Amino acid sequence: MAAGTKNGRTYTARAFREAGITALLAFGLFLPLIGFQTVTNIRNELILNTRWSLLFAIVGIVACGRLFYSLVVAPWLEARRLRPVAATASAWRGFVGKWFVPFAIGFAVAYPMIIIATAGFGGALKWVDNFGIQVLIYIMLGWGLNIVVGLAGLLDLGYVAFYAVGAYAYALLAKEFGFSFWILLPLAGVMSSFWGILLGFPVLRLRGDYLAIVTLAFGEIVRIVLINFVDLTNGYAGISGIPRPSFFGIPFNADDNGFAAVFGLEFSPIYRTIFLYYLILALAFLTAFVTVRLRRLPVGRAWEALREDEIACRSLGINTTNTKLTAFGIGAMFAGFAGSFFAARQGFISPESFTFLESATILSIVVLGGMGSQIGVAIAAVAMIGGTEIMRDLDFLKQIFGASFDPTQYRMLIFGFGMVLIMVLRPRGLISTREPSVFLKERKAISADLVKEGHG
Amino acid sequence: MAGNSDTLLKVEHLTMRFGGLVAVDNLSFEARTGEITALIGPNGAGKTTVFNCITGFYKPTEGRIGLRHGDAAVWGKLEALTESGKRSHFATGGALFLLERMPDFQVTQQARVARTFQNIRLFPGMTVLENLLVAQHNGLMIASGYTLLGIFGVPSYTRAEVAAVERARLWLERIGLLDRADDPAGDLAYGAQRRLEIARAMCTDPVLLCLDEPAAGLNPRESHELNELLLSIRERDGISILLIEHDMSVVMEISDHIIVLDYGVKISDGAPEAVRNDPKVIAAYLGVHDEEVEDVHAEVGL
Repeated sequence: MAAGTKNGRTYTARAFREAGITALLAFGLFLPLIGFQTVTNIRNELILNTRWSLLFAIVGIVACGRLFYSLVVAPWLEARRLRPVAATASAWRGFVGKWFVPFAIGFAVAYPMIIIATAGFGGALKWVDNFGIQVLIYIMLGWGLNIVVGLAGLLDLGYVAFYAVGAYAYALLAKEFGFSFWILLPLAGVMSSFWGILLGFPVLRLRGDYLAIVTLAFGEIVRIVLINFVDLTNGYAGISGIPRPSFFGIPFNADDNGFAAVFGLEFSPIYRTIFLYYLILALAFLTAFVTVRLRRLPVGRAWEALREDEIACRSLGINTTNTKLTAFGIGAMFAGFAGSFFAARQGFISPESFTFLESATILSIVVLGGMGSQIGVAIAAVAMIGGTEIMRDLDFLKQIFGASFDPTQYRMLIFGFGMVLIMVLRPRGLISTREPSVFLKERKAISADLVKEGHG
Repeated sequence: MAGNSDTLLKVEHLTMRFGGLVAVDNLSFEARTGEITALIGPNGAGKTTVFNCITGFYKPTEGRIGLRHGDAAVWGKLEALTESGKRSHFATGGALFLLERMPDFQVTQQARVARTFQNIRLFPGMTVLENLLVAQHNGLMIASGYTLLGIFGVPSYTRAEVAAVERARLWLERIGLLDRADDPAGDLAYGAQRRLEIARAMCTDPVLLCLDEPAAGLNPRESHELNELLLSIRERDGISILLIEHDMSVVMEISDHIIVLDYGVKISDGAPEAVRNDPKVIAAYLGVHDEEVEDVHAEVGL
């Protein structure tokens, strides 16, 4: 008992000491950032204002936060780590694990109906388009990159290049030759895949950081070519007036032969949006289905084996170059599909849509979701893309912080905070366990501690 | 020089230099079908380098490594194959491979030489069963129509996979890991990992199994089990084994033929009994010159 008290006392003392150090650090950091403010006065002179109260308030908040973490959160985390998983918790987890996927699929299919029912025809447009379609594009991209990064363990920082190839392939071919969306969709996939393999040949002998750097450079090269090859791509101005997909030959317009007229409905732009929603949903399901199938085929197992140990793979007679190329090619193909859908949906594309930030977003979706886990990637895409979209209209925050508060400005801050939280709580992503591709008696999830992340 | 009728692997004038260091110097030896050939020698003698040359992980600086399948008459084509610059020669009833010309994965895929590693290289995040299925990659790849047919779940692939799982099951039974089939390989005990790595190599359907220190880190009981396993691979499966080993209880008990290396040079080659009594071998292991061996013997009372 005496020992316990002593431990408790030292623990509290340490917590206060840590809070003090944090406060000092915060003071040093925020003194120039918040403590001083330069303002231009009416005579156009710079005046230095001091904001001591704000500074000390923030330092106080930081110190209290640290104290709270040291006294409450850290012991709780420690206890959680030591406590064995309770039977009820695992039963609940089993129930969720069993029903989560069917529920999520059902929700995704019913989503436009739910939105129309709750928000009406006018309000639904924004929610289906900005939210639903946007999230699904990133889910699909995440699943595509998951093949390369999550399964084969090849760090690809230039994934957006293949997305761009797909988008420009659709835009240029549709405008020049007037091919339909359904012809160009596979064609765009083939072209992206071709570029993936073309890049893969010289690059895949590199490993780890070097591979990451070269793929990053490739992404930039594609973007810069798109900017500078003005004759073909129209440079910065981009390509506009890209033909929109039709409903199996029936265009979505207000004409007599348009979708609404043919089906005897009143014209509304929502029909096209709903059609696009189901289109990207179908494409995303295709990606998921193919990935699930591939994982159970020898090529999928070879990808995962490659991530685990490349030398062992070669000793088993696996042609590692071809195996990596298939991963690169198939991942690129799905990016190409998504790209051509993107071009068809926007009707306008420019190199601005294919910056490194896009690659980084897709990669962070894969890493946050848990490398290799499709469900994790989908959840991460909903949280990251959906979350940032929702934060655009957090108007209720204005009532708390005053009318001058603009929630969109804090998107990235909240976003970064979320990322740090994930890093602390789930360093291997939301779903870090690995599902075996085959089993003899029972399927047991494999702990993330054993699964390698790959290094090339 | 045509090989003996039972020669499986023929290493001739193998030299491997790393910069100025000669790791293997003009080494020639043969491994015969249905035999366990041991490659022994003190640390740094170049044993693993020889292995890496045979299995294609290193390109030897000089030398020829020939391997035959089937009919021993193909050895007659060795010179012609060497002249031709090709990697392999296929004849009716047999085939001949020049391993030093093949990249590592082809040595396993086509010449059917499987290997294990000194530091175990399993796929720790995959289950024991998955490890054994990855080893059957090439066969399954053809059965899945290079993935194209497999995507649609054609029955011929399903049958091939069932057969592959069945084969894995047989091997798990033989190495006593059937109960652990669905556990990750990284969770197994050290000795079990060693056995699994051997089973995984056997699942590639080899004609020659190269084991790099299979008994390292095993306790006496485990190394006895290993002996049984290796002998059963030789007897039941008729697979020849080439092995590097430090554990003399393993080497002397199961080997049919021993080659001793020291500083990259072969110092002895023969049956276990002959090698054991070779003064050069004793000198190499005890670290003295040949002339002093008698003195050392007298000292330790041999």
